[in-house]
Amino acid sequence: MVVQIPEMDFGWIVPEIAMTVFAAVALLLTLFRKKNSTWLFVEAMPLVGAIVALYFTFQTWNGNIDIFNNLYTIDNFGVFFKGLSLVILILVTLLSYRYIDREDMARGEYYSLLMFGTLGMMIMVSSNNFITIFIGLEVMSISIYILAGLMGGNAKSVEASLKYFLLGAFATAFLLYGIALIYGTTGMLDIREIAGYVNSGNFMVTPTFMAGLALLIVGFGFKTASVPFHMWTPDVYEGAPTSITAYMATGVKAAAFAAFLRVLFTAFHPFLSGWTYMLWILAVATMTLGNITALKQDDVKRMLAYSSIAHAGYILIALTVGDRTLSSTVLYYLLVYSFMTIGAFAVVIILGRQGSPNTGIESYAGLAGRHPVIAAVMAVFLFSMAGIPPLAGFMGKFYVLTDAIRGGYYWLAIIGVLNSVVAAYYYLRVVMYMYFKEPEAEIGAPDVSIGSTLAIAISVVVVFYLGIFPRLFLMIAHTSSAIFM
Amino acid sequence: MGAIGFKFVVFIVAALLVIVSSLLMTTRKNPIHSALWMIVTFFAMAVIYLLLNAQFIAVAQIMVYAGAIMMLILFVIMMVSLDNGAQEQKRFPMAMGTRLSWALVVVVLLVELMFAALFYQATAKVGSYPAEAVASLGNAKTMGMLLYGKYIFPFEIASILLLVGIIGAVVLSRKNK
Amino acid sequence: MEQILKILDIEGVRLAVGLLAVFLFVVVNALILTWAERKVAGHMQLRIGPKEVGPYGLIQPLADAMKLLGKEIITPRNVDKPIFYLGPIMIFIPVLVAFVVIPFDSYLQVRDINVGILVILAFSSFTVLSILMAGWGSNNKYSLIGSIRSIAQSVAYEIPLLLSLLAVIMMTNSLSLKDVVVAQKGIWFIFLQPVAFIIYFIAAVAETNRTPFDLPEAESELVAGYHTEYSGMMFALFFLAEYTNMFIVSAITVTFFLGGYQGPFLPGIVWFLLKSYFLVFVMMWFRWTFPRVRFDQLLNISWKALIPLSFINLLVTGGLLKL
Repeated sequence: MVVQIPEMDFGWIVPEIAMTVFAAVALLLTLFRKKNSTWLFVEAMPLVGAIVALYFTFQTWNGNIDIFNNLYTIDNFGVFFKGLSLVILILVTLLSYRYIDREDMARGEYYSLLMFGTLGMMIMVSSNNFITIFIGLEVMSISIYILAGLMGGNAKSVEASLKYFLLGAFATAFLLYGIALIYGTTGMLDIREIAGYVNSGNFMVTPTFMAGLALLIVGFGFKTASVPFHMWTPDVYEGAPTSITAYMATGVKAAAFAAFLRVLFTAFHPFLSGWTYMLWILAVATMTLGNITALKQDDVKRMLAYSSIAHAGYILIALTVGDRTLSSTVLYYLLVYSFMTIGAFAVVIILGRQGSPNTGIESYAGLAGRHPVIAAVMAVFLFSMAGIPPLAGFMGKFYVLTDAIRGGYYWLAIIGVLNSVVAAYYYLRVVMYMYFKEPEAEIGAPDVSIGSTLAIAISVVVVFYLGIFPRLFLMIAHTSSAIFM
Repeated sequence: MGAIGFKFVVFIVAALLVIVSSLLMTTRKNPIHSALWMIVTFFAMAVIYLLLNAQFIAVAQIMVYAGAIMMLILFVIMMVSLDNGAQEQKRFPMAMGTRLSWALVVVVLLVELMFAALFYQATAKVGSYPAEAVASLGNAKTMGMLLYGKYIFPFEIASILLLVGIIGAVVLSRKNK
Repeated sequence: MEQILKILDIEGVRLAVGLLAVFLFVVVNALILTWAERKVAGHMQLRIGPKEVGPYGLIQPLADAMKLLGKEIITPRNVDKPIFYLGPIMIFIPVLVAFVVIPFDSYLQVRDINVGILVILAFSSFTVLSILMAGWGSNNKYSLIGSIRSIAQSVAYEIPLLLSLLAVIMMTNSLSLKDVVVAQKGIWFIFLQPVAFIIYFIAAVAETNRTPFDLPEAESELVAGYHTEYSGMMFALFFLAEYTNMFIVSAITVTFFLGGYQGPFLPGIVWFLLKSYFLVFVMMWFRWTFPRVRFDQLLNISWKALIPLSFINLLVTGGLLKL
């Protein structure tokens, strides 16, 4: 009756254990820290933790094993997204160092919550069981709710936190309802078991089951900020500390898409025709609304928020096509998207000062004249987001649109291309401000630090590398998504 | 047969109580009354759990929801709205048309769900713990073995979730650093 | 005797007789305890206490009860009527539930539920709920402050209470009260779990709002706390509930730590009542010995001392059991 846990299972979750331990140590170090002593050890925790976890994550590549009574799975898909979220953690930590100092946030809690959030992502992307997926998602979400509100004195930050929390709790309820309805109609929580059952022929599609599926899509749609579940995004992205915005726009989105992809492509693939229309509308609405609203934004942080909605739309194209062999494009797109987004937010952070974030587009006027390097890297990220070759963003979009054409979704491809054209306008508008406009007011020197320089440098290199030599990472993405075949 | 009849009556009463009290909960103007109706809802739910032979869940429901959580909710309401100001405000600042259309959507969805539940045979797999097995094992024991055996991994992660929640409560409510 | 026991075994009869007995017991218990409290208080302060009505003043509580029953039930203006009236009635739910599962003797238990102790604890929060309803419904600031204090207090003390009982439950492997008593055949748990006993008893005194933890009804600052606005029979209900709760927490302590109904020579029920009333006496003793704690002290004792201590206790218990 008692289920024994084999001891060797723990060997496979060393990355998760490492993350937990380092997060706890960061908290304890903060607790027992003497006044005026160095923050160095606390600040080192996320970096060291992420590198350790990254190392052990790569050790589990090609592991393909189910542990803890099938409640946790080590497979390449999980490893890919675990790696991605750890890399994102490293980059966000790097660009946080100076920023946290500047905005006077609670450091120990910030870094440990960042790590706990990453832990949540790691868990939700590598499980085939709804319970574990859900709990991982919650660990991630709650960490982010808190992180968004850490700028205690700032009303916008508090608003962002509260808004995200209230709407997020609502979305969680939808997700949970969906899981409950699906459990009610199938009696299973393991998505592979559900897949087997659904394909077995004994299964009858009931409205209850479809309602569950719809609610699941709503829940994941919220976390991935897809239209029409995107309402929270601009305010939350604008109000939250910029480093957390970068984290939300990349890490949360990637993890949510990973879980979404896994659930849809494993358990519900036979209902392809059922949800294609739904996803088609979702994709088109997300792209179009994100891009068109972004046109009117005069705040760069807010514009990037809308642009991240639009990017979710492009990824949804790949989901709509629903070809399991092509799911690697989603992985590749998320990889590319994460680096260019973090890079862009890093530049936004650099340009801000304490008390004045300088996120208005007029702050970027004449940047090229004053700080040519910063303007140049910002331009690289914006061009990449706009999808201009030879940058990584182009390759991401190219693969997604090829998918759509291969799948016969010509209209979807056309709308996608049109959207890219629209998007180019507002990305280039910032570039235009940077290069061809005279500054209206004096803006102080940028707040450049080693950490943010490093983060930007890594992002630039990766954006170029992925754009020019996409093959290696495309192969990795392909191997990772092989679990669906 | 008599036992089934009795159970059925209890179920109908409890189910109606859940529906009525949750409706009352959402429509009361006074937040304290809403909270008290919510407790009634939780209670009726506990009765339904009992009918399903899940004593432990029933007791946990009362202890956690009706006891601890509702107590804190009432506590917060009392602390926040001592001036009764919250009661005066219009809670749904929406036009009548918008309200009605929302109501229509909700009603349609509910009716749909009800029909779905009534007319489609559920094809779910029977779990490994039907009521008889639970009764012979003891409820708390079964729960314990599942939580600390099969579901140990999510259980441990849930503890991290709680830790994160505690950190959040402390860090967000602390006044000055 | 056996005939009676057989009839008592029928479920429905058992329940009906049980309920009747509980009602009688609640009333008699409260009558005795009010008298006892005044006598104890008197003697501790070198007075005699009530002595005029009946021998040793034994009839005094009856006279008081008659007086209360005869009084008018006043409903102040602007009270939240349904809540105001429900408050004092609700306070009896946990009392009834607790009496159902407590084993007074090996055969004197209305129903042995396999999650017995959880049932008692789950319903015990209703005491606070009704205090809350009384406090809010009265529309009086003293009442409200009293009930808010009561919540903060019960939230703080419920945790060590549960954790200390958990240590015992870990040793018995059962949540049924009867099993707990049977497990103490050889040695009482007070000797095996002295720390848990002390934690439990302190928390229990706090849960019943008795001095030194009587902040919700602190006469000297809050008039009478949550029952300021109640009069006549309604006030009497709160009074009854307080004394009954004193008995219940003592009874649970006896069941968990003092061997329950077990003891030599005398019948079980006698032992059970003897032990329980001894603990009730200890609680009265507390009242006339300790001054009231400050509110911050009250919370600090629980969060900073009792809770960590009970966690350590739990850890040690688990470790020793594994050995």
